[in-house]
Amino acid sequence: MQKKLILDSDLLDITLNRLCQQLIENHDRFEETVILGLQPRGIYLAELIHQKLKKLIKAEIPFGLLDTTFHRDDFRRRDTPAKASETRVSFMIEGKKVVLIDDVLFTGRTVRAAMDAMIAFGRPAKVELLVLVDRKYNRDLPIAADYVGKYVNTIASQRVLVEMQAQGHKQNKIWLINND
Amino acid sequence: MSKLSQPHLLGIKNITAKDIELIFETASNFKEIINRPIKKVPSLRDVTIANIFFENSTRTRLSFELAEKRLSADMINFTASNSSVKKGETLLDTVNNVLAMKVDMVVMRHSSVGAPHFLAKHIKAKIINAGDGTHEHPTQALLDAFSIHEKLGSLGGKKVAIIGDILHSRVALSNIFALQKMGAKVMVCGPPTLLPKYISTLGVTVEYDVKKALEWCDVANVLRIQLERQQIKYFPSLREYSLYYGISKNLLDSLKKKIVLMHPGPINRGVELTSDAADSHHSIILDQVENGVAVRMAVLYLLAGAAS
Repeated sequence: MQKKLILDSDLLDITLNRLCQQLIENHDRFEETVILGLQPRGIYLAELIHQKLKKLIKAEIPFGLLDTTFHRDDFRRRDTPAKASETRVSFMIEGKKVVLIDDVLFTGRTVRAAMDAMIAFGRPAKVELLVLVDRKYNRDLPIAADYVGKYVNTIASQRVLVEMQAQGHKQNKIWLINND
Repeated sequence: MSKLSQPHLLGIKNITAKDIELIFETASNFKEIINRPIKKVPSLRDVTIANIFFENSTRTRLSFELAEKRLSADMINFTASNSSVKKGETLLDTVNNVLAMKVDMVVMRHSSVGAPHFLAKHIKAKIINAGDGTHEHPTQALLDAFSIHEKLGSLGGKKVAIIGDILHSRVALSNIFALQKMGAKVMVCGPPTLLPKYISTLGVTVEYDVKKALEWCDVANVLRIQLERQQIKYFPSLREYSLYYGISKNLLDSLKKKIVLMHPGPINRGVELTSDAADSHHSIILDQVENGVAVRMAVLYLLAGAAS
């Protein structure tokens, strides 16, 4: 198994700052915008971005956690059902701009499930997707991210590992792993 | 692992503490969903479930139906009273006919002990026992345990008294298994004639004085007197039962601590519980009903999701 570092802690910080600036360019004061982090792994990144944005614009932004388990399209096609995580959305998204945040965009199936899960909280005016790592050439569905931290060319057998301090790791690091 | 150790839910006896924990975790997620404005998820949309009830039921059947609908499953209902069972069809034939219509899961209540176990050996579909005679009622025990877990934070070391007609109760047996697996201490209390002879071999304490049982416990799960199952008289009169074993608000208020009061329903008001006790702040009876839907969604989801 070979590991290659894609983003270290400093580079990640620069990337996150850039993503925040791009979000501010499009959402200004975030008055009509809400942020939803995707369970289970996107929530740490979403939380980091949410904190940074709050500091930059000096205002509160509605923030929620969205679990896609019960909306997945591979139910009964796996040996074991996917384990659910908590959904915590304490506001309606009717007429709002929603920014979905996940760590890695791979096949696009999680994002499809997330869009399905999200509708339970209302009909949003617009939905955008922010991902830290976009694994190019691996999409199963016509889904693209609006904000991308880093594009990585990968093959299906490779894996992207996101280690976040909030998950108990020493430093924020993003790895590309070859399973061979 | 997010998979149950068993392909069916026939009883609590043959599932593990890990299974129960997984069901609780999944049920918490479903509880959030059933409190949303849109209370439905598409998980089971290609699953067909038959609810086969050979015995009367209100709560359990409605709760299963609602759980199935919230999960987007297709469902058919079958009640024995207006079916070909009356014409002499056997259980296996009835169920095989239902399954020939391409049904994936069967939720069954039957008056004979072991009926779902028998079916599980002979048919391919996944089976959930919704009550078999006086034997087990696993989803009721799971929702009772989940309600205690939710109310008190955990089950480990908690004292639960099951009070009433233990002899005829499938809820009691399933509750004893579930609570013990989760680390709770269990006491049964009732008139000697309504306690099974060897109940203490299950590791439960036996008490005949309801006041002492209430003083001991953190949670009292009060059961109904099942007159329909009693072929002979087990106590002189309902009035006398109520006098010695009925729980009133005055009795609850006279205790040195606040206990949680549960009842699996249907309540015989004025027999095992007075109205003021059933509607008091001690009672979590309606929370049990709400949790019932979430717990049944969790069981259906986890069983349907495992590859057959």
